[in-house]
Amino acid sequence: MSDGLGLWTVPLAVVGGAIRVSTPFLFVSLGETITERSGRINLGLEGTLVFGAMAAYATAVMTGSPWAGVAVAGLAGGLFGLLHGFVCKFPRVNDVAIGIALMLFGSGLAFFLGKPFIQPSAPPLPAIGFGAWSDLPQVQAALRVNVLFLIGAALSVALWWGLRNTRAGLVLRVVGDSADAARAMGYDVDHVRLLATGLGGVLAGIGGAYLSLYYPGSWNEGVSSGQGLMAVALVIFARWNPLACFGAALLFGGAGALGPALQSVGVSQGYYLFYAAPYVLTLALLVATSSPDRALAGAPGELSLSK
Amino acid sequence: MVADTAPSSLTVAPSRSSASLCIRAWLARRSEAVAIPVGAAALGFLLFGLFLAALGKSPVQLVDIVWRGGFGSPFALGNSLQRAAPLLFAALCVALPARLGLVVIGGEGAIVLGGLAAAAAAQPLAALPALLAVPLMACAAALVGAVWIGSVGWLQAYRGVNATISSLLLSYIAIALANHLIEGPLRDPTSLNKPSTLPVGDAFMLGPMPVIGVHWGLGCGVIACLIAYGLMDRTTLGFAARIAGGNVRAAQIQGLPVGRLIVGFTALGGAFAALAGFFEVVAVQGTANGTLAAGYGYTGILVAFLARQNPIAIVPVAFLLGGIEASSGLIQRRMQLPDATVLVLEGLLFLIVLMSETLYGRFKLFNPHLWAEKRAPAPPSPVLA
Repeated sequence: MSDGLGLWTVPLAVVGGAIRVSTPFLFVSLGETITERSGRINLGLEGTLVFGAMAAYATAVMTGSPWAGVAVAGLAGGLFGLLHGFVCKFPRVNDVAIGIALMLFGSGLAFFLGKPFIQPSAPPLPAIGFGAWSDLPQVQAALRVNVLFLIGAALSVALWWGLRNTRAGLVLRVVGDSADAARAMGYDVDHVRLLATGLGGVLAGIGGAYLSLYYPGSWNEGVSSGQGLMAVALVIFARWNPLACFGAALLFGGAGALGPALQSVGVSQGYYLFYAAPYVLTLALLVATSSPDRALAGAPGELSLSK
Repeated sequence: MVADTAPSSLTVAPSRSSASLCIRAWLARRSEAVAIPVGAAALGFLLFGLFLAALGKSPVQLVDIVWRGGFGSPFALGNSLQRAAPLLFAALCVALPARLGLVVIGGEGAIVLGGLAAAAAAQPLAALPALLAVPLMACAAALVGAVWIGSVGWLQAYRGVNATISSLLLSYIAIALANHLIEGPLRDPTSLNKPSTLPVGDAFMLGPMPVIGVHWGLGCGVIACLIAYGLMDRTTLGFAARIAGGNVRAAQIQGLPVGRLIVGFTALGGAFAALAGFFEVVAVQGTANGTLAAGYGYTGILVAFLARQNPIAIVPVAFLLGGIEASSGLIQRRMQLPDATVLVLEGLLFLIVLMSETLYGRFKLFNPHLWAEKRAPAPPSPVLA
């Protein structure tokens, strides 16, 4: 039966991969959306992602509970976010450069503290099988959906709704679009940005927990291959809209799964080139959606990226 | 805090001649650019020492090991200088675009492709004398790097794509492309465990420089920094770039070719970064292989920011970081610390130095326009932020 699938294995593996690979993209891009909507950009989420992966794995090894790992990863990510938010409030401190520094610092600290945890194995996060209706093991494998993916999907809807319809969402958007207007309304701009960056860090940390506790499901120094940074580009492509982030994350996940899928049907030529597919896709989308003449549609007015 | 270098009482006596005041003002402004980064770096080392102490390791031992592993003996010094050479080039790839306000962090990709281009060019040039072939290999590397990072500038100037993100994406793509070529079309069939290109051959290898005993990449790197300094601070081109970096609209109204300046400066930065790869191939490795992506591009970002994008300051900073990285192995063995120890130190230094940006113009000692404040209302500050 499984041999009869033939080339259908590839799209199936891409769909399954999209679901499996997209979760870190989803969490980081949702976090970055919150941060960027407040008018700051945090490029350090790559470092936060790696640190979250380490913190989650180490906690899960020590406590035996993957959910404790997720909680600690979120907490650690939040601390990194708060650090970024705090430092950037000082005049002449560049948020992009601080992000690069945090990228180095977060990964470095994760490698440093995570050295003893490369060997032991941690309990993985649970997944729900939605493929029981099919006899095909490939379909069942592709439709095994992790709980965090479902939480992320729900979160993107909730954020999309919350940004439009809640007071907190309104304040966040005002701060991001015009700091002067927010000050005139009596809001503390730095405080809102601090919280938004902290919350963005929490989500990025949870994205990291998914990396080490589900897919690829181990902790080592190559656990992230730039997902944190690609997610920042993804936010631009998704036009700072949480719902669009969900779709874009699936697209990026599919692109990331293309290489391994083609390899599994025996296409071994250009193996490394397929690994570059997500980066090429990101760059192509950035080029296609950017414009030198006008600010990007939907971009927060205070964002240094779009000025 | 860094402020402890400021003496408490500093008054300008009215009897002083204006010439001496001018000199003192000039000295004060100059010393601010040295004192704040040095103070910030010292604070970074101090915090790292506390971090080590909290883990039960001796910070004093670390200083001792870094000194012995990086600077204390002729061998250690040579090792540090050899590591400093690619950092000089990699840092220029950050500092040159920075003059135009671009944060380019993809130098690693240009290094890898530059090294690969040099190794690939060696084969068709094998019949030529080394004196002709080696410069041609350098040109091939520089050309590839210039196109690669220049396209980052082009995308920013003409398509509005953020240079920070596009350069890092291009760096990942470059490394994937290089892996593909090294394991595929350009692979030396005899390199089994460690896929490499064909060796460039002994005739094309560069020997050490006289007296110093370190390969020529170091000398060329220092010269490249001097050229970059001259270009940025002593030519109209560099002046135009600085205007465009400060205010794009003003530069456009002045009729400056902002787009071409951006492409030119990023391409030059990319060419320099690619030369780092060229020297790694022709002076150290002998072939292009996976070790080209050793992280020099990323450390180069740190070097450029620690040097505050000043090409002259890049030289000592690259030497310092080269020494710290050279002592990394010794730190691991003697102190039983993970190899990421140096990464933590570098990240911490990076953060603190960036934070110290906020201190410029705050200290009375360094800012002559604050000196007269007590007597008369301060004149409008001539210093542009």
